[in-house]
Amino acid sequence: MRAPLAQFHLAQVNVMRMRAPLDDATMADFVALLAPVNALAERSPGFVWRLKTDEGDATAIRVVDDDRILVNFSVWESQLQLWNFAYASRHLDVMRRRREWAERLPTRTHVIWWVPAGTLPTLDDALAKLERLRAFGPTPEAFTFRDSFPHPVALHVESNGHSPARYRDGEARREPAAGLGSVPSLPTRPIAR
Amino acid sequence: METDLRKNAAVSATPPDDGLDAVGALQEPLRRALYRYVAGSHRDVSRNEAAEAVGIQRTLAAFHLDKLVDVGLLVASFRRLTDRSGPGAGRPAKLYRRAEVTHEVSLPARSYGVAAELLAEVVDDAGADAALHAAARRSGRKRGVQARAQLGEAPSLEAVLAQHGFEPFRDGDVIRLKNCPFHQLSRQFPPLICGMNLALLEGLAEGSGVEGVEVRMEPAPDQCCVALGCAAGDSKTNVR
Repeated sequence: MRAPLAQFHLAQVNVMRMRAPLDDATMADFVALLAPVNALAERSPGFVWRLKTDEGDATAIRVVDDDRILVNFSVWESQLQLWNFAYASRHLDVMRRRREWAERLPTRTHVIWWVPAGTLPTLDDALAKLERLRAFGPTPEAFTFRDSFPHPVALHVESNGHSPARYRDGEARREPAAGLGSVPSLPTRPIAR
Repeated sequence: METDLRKNAAVSATPPDDGLDAVGALQEPLRRALYRYVAGSHRDVSRNEAAEAVGIQRTLAAFHLDKLVDVGLLVASFRRLTDRSGPGAGRPAKLYRRAEVTHEVSLPARSYGVAAELLAEVVDDAGADAALHAAARRSGRKRGVQARAQLGEAPSLEAVLAQHGFEPFRDGDVIRLKNCPFHQLSRQFPPLICGMNLALLEGLAEGSGVEGVEVRMEPAPDQCCVALGCAAGDSKTNVR
């Protein structure tokens, strides 16, 4: 008998301000790494979903009125698996070089939080979580690796009598659950810092 | 009753002796040899293998190995060494490996780890990675030069790495490192500290005069995330 599916997944979002426009020579290595790193994420254990446009990455997405701000937004089956991708894979070397490409920002740039398994947060949700972290520091609703919180007590049955959305049996769980689409809604106005 | 309270007060005022017990257990030369053998092995070691390696009787080896488990330096597990199972398959063998816990002793007590965590947090927040890496490279070069003075004019890279606690081992053309001297700190601030370590190792290789070394990030389970290739090249990011 199969073990029950996890009730919660871990979402993450981070923002970066590029030191120069994407087509600048100083950003060349960063641009070259986008495709292989994104491909690595997608085949890493625990990967569920990441935000991307038809171009295959998220560099075209604007969350504020500043062309240099990029957003990176993904969902994973567990905190450990996200951590392993971020810091125990070839992605670590990209992180090592982050200051070559990303300016230091005076506020928090990275947040993680629990979402019900089989659901995807919107980009609005994600940016709100970052604001929450900035305002209140790490809390169970929005936190960091260094100050993390366990997932909430498992949900049982929703009020409509159905169990929370789950992935279909046999799926590799790399695609979002049916009906959720692959790109969440974007904010209709820039998010103030 | 009063005597008991005073006794309890005295006990709670002294720090735990776990580190001292562990280090003290290594005073005995045979025990130290056994510990070194197990700690230096890449897989779990049986009593018989350890006894043979050190050149002592099995029962004596078992006595010392179990003492090392008692003080927390080694961890024991049981596993069948053959494919058989069920009655008549034989007893599972008792295997030993180095415990993951860090034992530290400093007298008087020093807590450089606490300071390191604070300093790393501030450097990380300030985005001062480049300055840290440059400092690490300089420090590595200095240590490499010192290694030449201590180990002889043309030291092997592995000898220099061993001297600094990295526990190097060969994997074809590549030297991998079983131990990260900054392990706990690197779990708190991976990009900063692993980058610092890489820069330190670049400097170390350079300072000790070893040519044609490519120091690169290559994370693997239960290892330091830096590997040293003995082919010439640069250390630019290498994601496939």
